[in-house]
Amino acid sequence: MFVARRNPQLNRNDELIHLLSIEGLPASIVLHILDTAGTFLSVNDRDVKKVPLLRGKSVFNLFFENSTRTRTTFEIAAKRLSADVINLDIARSSTAKGESLLDTIANLSAMHADMFVVRHSQSGAPYLIARHCAPHVHVVNAGDGRHSHPTQGLLDMYTIRHYKKDFTQLVVAIVGDIVHSRVARSDIHALTTLGVPEIRAVGPKTLVPGDLKEMGVRVCHDMSEGIRGADVVIMLRLQNERMNGAMLPSAGEFFKTFGLTAEKLALAKPDAIVMHPGPINRGVEIDSSVADGSQSVILPQVTYGIAVRMAVMSIIAGNTA
Amino acid sequence: MKTLIRNARLVDPQSGQDESGAIAIADGLIVGAGARAPADFTAERTIDAEGCVVVPGLVDLCARLGEPGHEHEGMLESELAAAVAGGVTSVVCPPDTDPVLDEPGLVEMLKFRAQSLDLARVFPLGALTRGLAGEAITEMAELSEAGCVGFAQADVAVRDTLVLHRALQYAATFGYTVWLRPNDAWLGQGVAAKGPLATRMGLSGVPVLAETIALATIFELVRDTGARVHLSRLSSAAGVELVRQAKAEGLPVTCDASIHQLHLIDVDMGYFDAATRLVPPLRQQRDRDAIRAALADATIDALVSDHTPVAEDAKHLPFAEAEPGATGLELLLGLALKWGDAARLGLAQTLAAVTTRPAALLLRSRQGDGAVPGGLAPGAPADLCVFAADRFWNVEPARLVSRSRHTPFAGHELRGCVRWTFVAGRVAYEAGDADRA
Repeated sequence: MFVARRNPQLNRNDELIHLLSIEGLPASIVLHILDTAGTFLSVNDRDVKKVPLLRGKSVFNLFFENSTRTRTTFEIAAKRLSADVINLDIARSSTAKGESLLDTIANLSAMHADMFVVRHSQSGAPYLIARHCAPHVHVVNAGDGRHSHPTQGLLDMYTIRHYKKDFTQLVVAIVGDIVHSRVARSDIHALTTLGVPEIRAVGPKTLVPGDLKEMGVRVCHDMSEGIRGADVVIMLRLQNERMNGAMLPSAGEFFKTFGLTAEKLALAKPDAIVMHPGPINRGVEIDSSVADGSQSVILPQVTYGIAVRMAVMSIIAGNTA
Repeated sequence: MKTLIRNARLVDPQSGQDESGAIAIADGLIVGAGARAPADFTAERTIDAEGCVVVPGLVDLCARLGEPGHEHEGMLESELAAAVAGGVTSVVCPPDTDPVLDEPGLVEMLKFRAQSLDLARVFPLGALTRGLAGEAITEMAELSEAGCVGFAQADVAVRDTLVLHRALQYAATFGYTVWLRPNDAWLGQGVAAKGPLATRMGLSGVPVLAETIALATIFELVRDTGARVHLSRLSSAAGVELVRQAKAEGLPVTCDASIHQLHLIDVDMGYFDAATRLVPPLRQQRDRDAIRAALADATIDALVSDHTPVAEDAKHLPFAEAEPGATGLELLLGLALKWGDAARLGLAQTLAAVTTRPAALLLRSRQGDGAVPGGLAPGAPADLCVFAADRFWNVEPARLVSRSRHTPFAGHELRGCVRWTFVAGRVAYEAGDADRA
């Protein structure tokens, strides 16, 4: 009697038509994206860094929230697939003039967009857009509120697979402001989907709610306990506005209790890798010696990010609603 | 006008009587029903209500009618038409209008406009504090004289406990009822119920604590001031338990719950469905179970529609930015029956939650001023809902009378089609042929 609600990112054949969240994606689709990304990695090393998969297609970058890094990597990925890329700085244009989100979408659809890459400060906004855009248009979520940042989650999985090969024996610690982090949620969904046996969410109780247990993680409020024996340590960016308030007393105290230093990293496995979605706050969540150290894979993450985004765009463009 | 409704099943939640027969109406009052129908009654209009149930008109303790604020759209007319289309004959409306109902002139105007429309009866709640700002109390005696049945803060919590204390003291001086939705101003700021699902969806959560802390404060203030308080729209099992204890203690408190909390839970948010953006937010299964049980044992006195007109575009926004609220006046009867059927309650017991129990509460609030509908006994105002109990219908938002079409119940099948609604003996609503087919 309740209205059945299909996962809106899959078509009737369970093929990916939008990428809105990693939650609810079968492992086969996640692995297919990672495998496809692997084939694109070599494109980045060629003299002519282009493949014609999206030739003639228009990709609109709709960033309702400011971002330089993610938007740039999406732009590079789309261009390497030979798409036409249009960047719209929505925060400073139409919505500032009072146009509604759906009116903006309708107008851009009328310009024959084929794909929207959407970032929005509100959780769920890309679902609204996917529900209301023309059937041939694909939507890629480039980060919505605290909810999801699926391409970041996928590039993190690519990175982990590159260094660790097998997911099924790993201990992964995610450290920091988890309650506000769409990256953490995407990583957790991806890691559970790929069979990681132990995922730890590490941070103070104000930033790591107990409800996270229901997502399949072990909640740790002690840094040493959280990091001990880990194969992978994912540090999250601490937003400036959270540093001094009711959530945390100061950046300094956070660094002292939950910041990643070489000393704390020594508790993890000797071959543990250190990841971070960037941009990093040196001396707040991570010490420079760790960020620049031999165990850091922060820069390879960025490189893989382009290949993963190419994979996502080429896969969804090949499927029809 | 003398009207006779014959061949009906008469269900009186007040007396528990359930019998077949006729009901006679004259001069706006019930003059006889069933076995007590006067033998010499000559009707000017006779209605054959075969297959229908006649019950007292529904009393909805929480419905927003868009006035003041939306006069130019004729919203009062459309929403009161929706009320009678749903069998609702009395509506209590909260003061969070634009402007806020904090001046006698505004209340008089609303009462006057509602009366001239001649649809459902409207019982406004006045603002407890000026502009609902939680700083200065309103002229309650004046507002009461203008027609307010109580004083409320709508969904705006009074942050300052000193102001709330004084407001309750002042209301208690005159015996006015204060209507409060228990919600802590700070903890209660999220857009979904705190819990695993809100965490997963990345939505800011309202913890149960927001309700229980507010209830604990209110009960302490009631103990101190003796003020009568009606608690609006409970949302949690823990909140229900606190109310149960307060009632057992003998505190002068009553409460209601909305159709949304009675039937839906957070899982119904699906993929950020803005129709489920509601205040209070939808909680978990155990909260819904507690609310259903408490409505059955009358710990929760009344079921309300929480009818809130929301403009078409106002829901076409990301979940947290979407305007909260849903249409409900036309769904109250069907959703009460759905609950009663699931809980295996009789029709009289089920409908008491939307007729006699809220009516009694309203009567207390009005301090005995005039007759309040709510029974089928001779002498009661002839406010009646006549509905086909065994007819099912699908909630199709486009076919609703209300101007507001957003509801999380779209697509649900409900039992009970309203055929006629009488207000003060007059036919305020009659279903068209299409609705009867």
